[in-house]
Amino acid sequence: MPATLPRLDIAVENVSVTYNNARLALYNATCTVEPGTITALVGPNGSGKSTLFKSIMGFLRPSQGQVRVGGLPVPKAQKQQLMAYVPQSDEVDWNFPVSVFDVVMMGRYGYMNLLRMPRAKDRRLVMESLERVGMVQFRDRQIGELSGGQKKRAFLARALAQAGKVILLDEPFTGVDVKTEKGIVDLLLQLRDEGHTILVSTHDLASIATFCDRTILLNRTILAEGNTQETFTKENLELTFGGLPMVSLEHMLPSAEVSS
Amino acid sequence: MSAVIAALPGWDWIVEPLQYGFLVRAIWVSAFVGLVCAVLSCYITLKGWSLMGDAISHAVVPGVVIAYALNIPFAIGAFVFGFGATVAIGYIKSRTRLKEDAVIGIVFTGFFAFGLVLVTKIPSNIDLFHILFGNVLGISQPDIIQTLIAGVITLVVILVRRKDLLLFCFDPNHAKAIGLRTPVMYYTLLLVLALTIVAALQTAGIILVISMLVTPGSIGYLLSDRFDHMLIISVVSSVFSCVMGTYLSYHFDVSTGGSIVVLLTLLFVMAMIFAPKYGILAQEFRQRSPQPLEEDSQKQQVVVDQA
Ligand SMILES: Nc1ncnc2c1ncn2[C@@H]1O[C@H](COP(=O)(O)OP(=O)(O)OP(=O)(O)O)[C@@H](O)[C@H]1O
Ligand SMILES: [Mg+2]
Repeated sequence: MPATLPRLDIAVENVSVTYNNARLALYNATCTVEPGTITALVGPNGSGKSTLFKSIMGFLRPSQGQVRVGGLPVPKAQKQQLMAYVPQSDEVDWNFPVSVFDVVMMGRYGYMNLLRMPRAKDRRLVMESLERVGMVQFRDRQIGELSGGQKKRAFLARALAQAGKVILLDEPFTGVDVKTEKGIVDLLLQLRDEGHTILVSTHDLASIATFCDRTILLNRTILAEGNTQETFTKENLELTFGGLPMVSLEHMLPSAEVSS
Repeated sequence: MSAVIAALPGWDWIVEPLQYGFLVRAIWVSAFVGLVCAVLSCYITLKGWSLMGDAISHAVVPGVVIAYALNIPFAIGAFVFGFGATVAIGYIKSRTRLKEDAVIGIVFTGFFAFGLVLVTKIPSNIDLFHILFGNVLGISQPDIIQTLIAGVITLVVILVRRKDLLLFCFDPNHAKAIGLRTPVMYYTLLLVLALTIVAALQTAGIILVISMLVTPGSIGYLLSDRFDHMLIISVVSSVFSCVMGTYLSYHFDVSTGGSIVVLLTLLFVMAMIFAPKYGILAQEFRQRSPQPLEEDSQKQQVVVDQA
């Protein structure tokens, strides 16, 4: 039952990242993603959201700082299949000759033997995951032959098949229509209720208050974090998106009262 | 050319050369090399490592020369230098701000030039021409054994690790996220690449081997959207070119490596033009008549709505 699942937090401590073009992409970022919550990661383009994701996942080596998941170092957590990652679309080679089914099956490799021979259970979980995102009928499509929203759902299914306790989604809503967005949000809410910890970056400020328990505001460093109600304020958004005319931000706030 | 076509169906044309032991040997060795190269080729083209293959093939030259001078199997020298070059490339890339293509260019020409210096200085009976362009018609028994060992190791490693290697080519981040050791996969792929080049050295030579490593996979990639189909197409076109190329080289007394690669390239050109989905003609045709495409996407839309 969901209640017995161990809930895992993500603790980011003092992480700084410099790419080899010597630009500091992330500076002294410290934040916590509380266990069993949906947390939004918000910041303008180039603020370091993807960089923070990649540091959490261990895809790049921060110049300082450390990340722990459920108290474990990241490589350990990954060996135990605790962490799933849904990449931003531009990180995927969409011309690669693999089908949707193949991609979702890759979520199960960590559970298989050395030869990666899928067992009946793996196939069942792959089909269940495809069903949950409504992609069963596309399972034999080459991944490039999907629409933007379908591509997102295919990779979401891979994360489901992996059954990680912590799921990181980098911009799952870009290029997705309202209906698909709602579908994904509903799924995330279900996953949270099952005890998953979810970190999601998004540019859709208007929808954050509707499903994110917590919000982290980022621009090179962590500017604010906490409950969405307290954190998602006019002042904080101004701080994060500095330079944007306030009018354009105003209508994205859940309600005018929150900020006053 | 018309002589070729007239002769092609001829039974004699196929059978007559088979009475010569050296030719039979050449045919099956090059077919085997064609198989090994074709399998690896699928991974190399998808990973985008063609340039790396080129680098390794040139970097083996000093190894071959030193091996002959020390009287040890050429495959060992070639492998040490070929694989060593990739380690050097990886190291320099991680320690400098240079882009990978620049590092590769520097390292492989450096190794190659060093090999040239050695060839001209160390007294030996190596024919530089054979290193550069292959000499499968004159391949010796020990060379065949070395080719076989290198090729079989490559095939076995790929067979056992094929899923992981494919995942590594497609999405190394996901491989890491599920706790797989990506550095191991990186070096495994480099290792089999170096071994394949060693295996192909006698057939194609270092200049032409890159074609055998890139072209078959590219043909498969143009013709199919599924990896297993891509693999089969790649193997068939490669083995066919190797066998036919050896025949042609015997009948017309031309370079073996040369005719193999010319055949492969012809197959590639045909695939490029006539491939049913990704060929130039098919794309032209689709652009002119976009009707069926729209229908398809409408159908797709309906299905989505039902989901
Ligand atoms: N591979 C890289 N090499 C060099 N610089 C990079 C690299 N990736 C990102 N950067 C730089 O690091 C900064 C943060 O980038 P990042 O991709 O994390 O931003 P982001 O918040 O995800 O943006 P977006 O909303 O556009 O996805 C940017 O200034 C970017 O130019
Ligand atoms: Mg990003």
